[in-house]
Amino acid sequence: MRHLANTWFAERLGDRGIRTTYLEDHHPAHMPCLEIIRHDWLHAAEEARRLEMRLVAVWAAEAGRHDQDQGRKHGLYAYMAFAHPEHRHALLRTPLAADHPVLPSIAGEYIAASRMERHMTDMFGITIEGSPDARAWIRHEHWPAEAHPLRGNFDARTPLPANPDGGDYPYVQSTSHGVYEIPVGPVHAGIIEPGHFRFLAVGEQILNMEERLGYVHKGIERAMQGRDATGGAKLAARISGDSAIAHAWAFSQACEYAADIEPPRRASFIRGILCERERIANHIGDIGAICNDAAFAFMHMQMQRLREDMARLHQELFGHRLLFDTIVPGGVSVDPDAAQLARLKAQTGAIAAEVERLRSIYADHPSIQERVIGSGTVSIDDARDIGLLGFAGRASGDYPDERIEEAYPPYDEFDVGIARGRLGDVATRVWVRFEEIADSARLIAEMIEGMPEGAIRAAWQAPEPGVSGFAAIEGWRGEIAAWVRFGEAGRIDRYFVRDPSVINWLGLELAVREVPVPDFPLNNKSFNCSYSGNDL
Amino acid sequence: MLRILRQIARVGTITEELGPSDAFEQTGRELEAAIRKRFAGSLAIRAVDAGSCNGCELEIHATNNAYYDIERFGVHFTASPRFADMLLVTGPVSVNMKTALEMTFDATPDPKLVVAIGDCAANCGVFGRDNYAIAGAVSDIIPVDVVIHGCPPTPTDIIRGILAAIEGRA
Ligand code: SF4
Repeated sequence: MRHLANTWFAERLGDRGIRTTYLEDHHPAHMPCLEIIRHDWLHAAEEARRLEMRLVAVWAAEAGRHDQDQGRKHGLYAYMAFAHPEHRHALLRTPLAADHPVLPSIAGEYIAASRMERHMTDMFGITIEGSPDARAWIRHEHWPAEAHPLRGNFDARTPLPANPDGGDYPYVQSTSHGVYEIPVGPVHAGIIEPGHFRFLAVGEQILNMEERLGYVHKGIERAMQGRDATGGAKLAARISGDSAIAHAWAFSQACEYAADIEPPRRASFIRGILCERERIANHIGDIGAICNDAAFAFMHMQMQRLREDMARLHQELFGHRLLFDTIVPGGVSVDPDAAQLARLKAQTGAIAAEVERLRSIYADHPSIQERVIGSGTVSIDDARDIGLLGFAGRASGDYPDERIEEAYPPYDEFDVGIARGRLGDVATRVWVRFEEIADSARLIAEMIEGMPEGAIRAAWQAPEPGVSGFAAIEGWRGEIAAWVRFGEAGRIDRYFVRDPSVINWLGLELAVREVPVPDFPLNNKSFNCSYSGNDL
Repeated sequence: MLRILRQIARVGTITEELGPSDAFEQTGRELEAAIRKRFAGSLAIRAVDAGSCNGCELEIHATNNAYYDIERFGVHFTASPRFADMLLVTGPVSVNMKTALEMTFDATPDPKLVVAIGDCAANCGVFGRDNYAIAGAVSDIIPVDVVIHGCPPTPTDIIRGILAAIEGRA
């Protein structure tokens, strides 16, 4: 796995007088990590914006082993990652003082940075200067004042004691006559994850919908620390259960890059098949659920049936209905034989054909079309502004897809079709999902036909302490960005992951402005963001 | 419309006999025969995700699909704890969901049943007890009648566990 160093971003920054140092202990070289001084932090973000790069994530980490060995005195680093459709990913990092870490906000350039910066404040106590939103995010009101769970000196093993004096969360409010509030959640009416939505409405129309998340925060970043790669993959599969494959893959690939291990080709093909199956299953389930929210129960029952058929075959062939724990560092844990692959291919084809038949019923059914067409529009400008990901981005006319841009194996050997939406409404999000079901089915068939022989797992060998790796995997919701750094004895000392929901939750807020309140559920389902993946 | 009917006819009835399961265990309170009788025939469930990864939710959803059709047992999901007979709780209880879970429990009228779904609900699962963000397993926060193991439990396990809670036997 030898990659040429990607110097494109470093050169562009150099042109602007921003000096960068290439970090040797970060991999892969085509997604480099560059160190800059803190003074250049905001300039670098401005330059990335000018170059029309997409913000991937902003995060922080305490200094690792290397940094201490090399006598660097900084206790903390801030990181940000950008992606360019042609020039791919680049990471920047800057040192922060351990005692009073301060960082300028880049939310003026990239509004999607705001919640991630709030997360940094909550987890590390970093002061973000010039932040447009200084409210706590994952830290709820009842947390003790000085609890910053990702600082080394924090007692992470005892449940946080309740602090009754935390006050209330200051929601966006309106004093206008005729505007009323609807609070929803955290316990929702359906069988879904918890979160709070605060609507400001006028008559039937939503004026503003504000999300308050963090309810299912499970301390995943901290729980990763001290695990070995195998244990980490197990936890990664449970970051968001509906994306078990995509998350385990992102985690494993970041580890493999760090350790300079290349999974066998057969393993990559199996990963690709599993990931496309996961994409199909979730799109099928969500299309049914969207129709159900518009009282088109027939479609829901049909789609749930197909999803169940998929789950049953997964159980039979891979030992788990949702495919948990099938992706492991170095490869995969299951090796389907030829007969099993033939069954997988046959079922995938049959399901895609059924979906097409149902699609024509959906398309001809005025009562559902009335509800979805034109509802919950996200414009292309808004989509680019927040960096909307996955099928939601593609519905609005922005087409980031890491299977194409990053083209990690096995996608380097296949052409991925892009559904080019434009209108950005519920109907187009559904349309993109239908298109992706068909395309994933085609990819699965091609992967099974071209399945290489050989091993399914390369021996795992942990990297030296201090080495980090970064990966970007296109899950069914969109890009999952993962960064891992190893410490002593092959133990993870920091794992950061950005689920696509972190970005796409903002898309939902934008979509439902001026949407009638009763159409909120189908808009919500059309995005179906993960709470668990967001809250970590 | 014709095509919808044709599709329904093509698929036919796919609902199956419920399979066996031993993935659950009855805990704590002995159920009064009267309660069992009162719930027999109709049970309203309020699902509460107290910190799950959403995998358990997918399988609870699946209990409603045509293969399992949990409604044939008189069990249905309701939007409010106020008219629920049973809480189905998933996830390790996160510190940030503890209060909401307690309030939901209090808002559910007596007599009520609580079923903890999944390894996380049973013992915090992969997220662990020694975790600042986890308040505990479900039974650490509210009284639990039946625990269903699995990560996640299958739809059959879930339905069997719910029925066991109603019938008061494991
Ligand atoms: S038991 Fe498994 S599937 Fe259920 S919430 Fe826990 S990790 Fe997710």
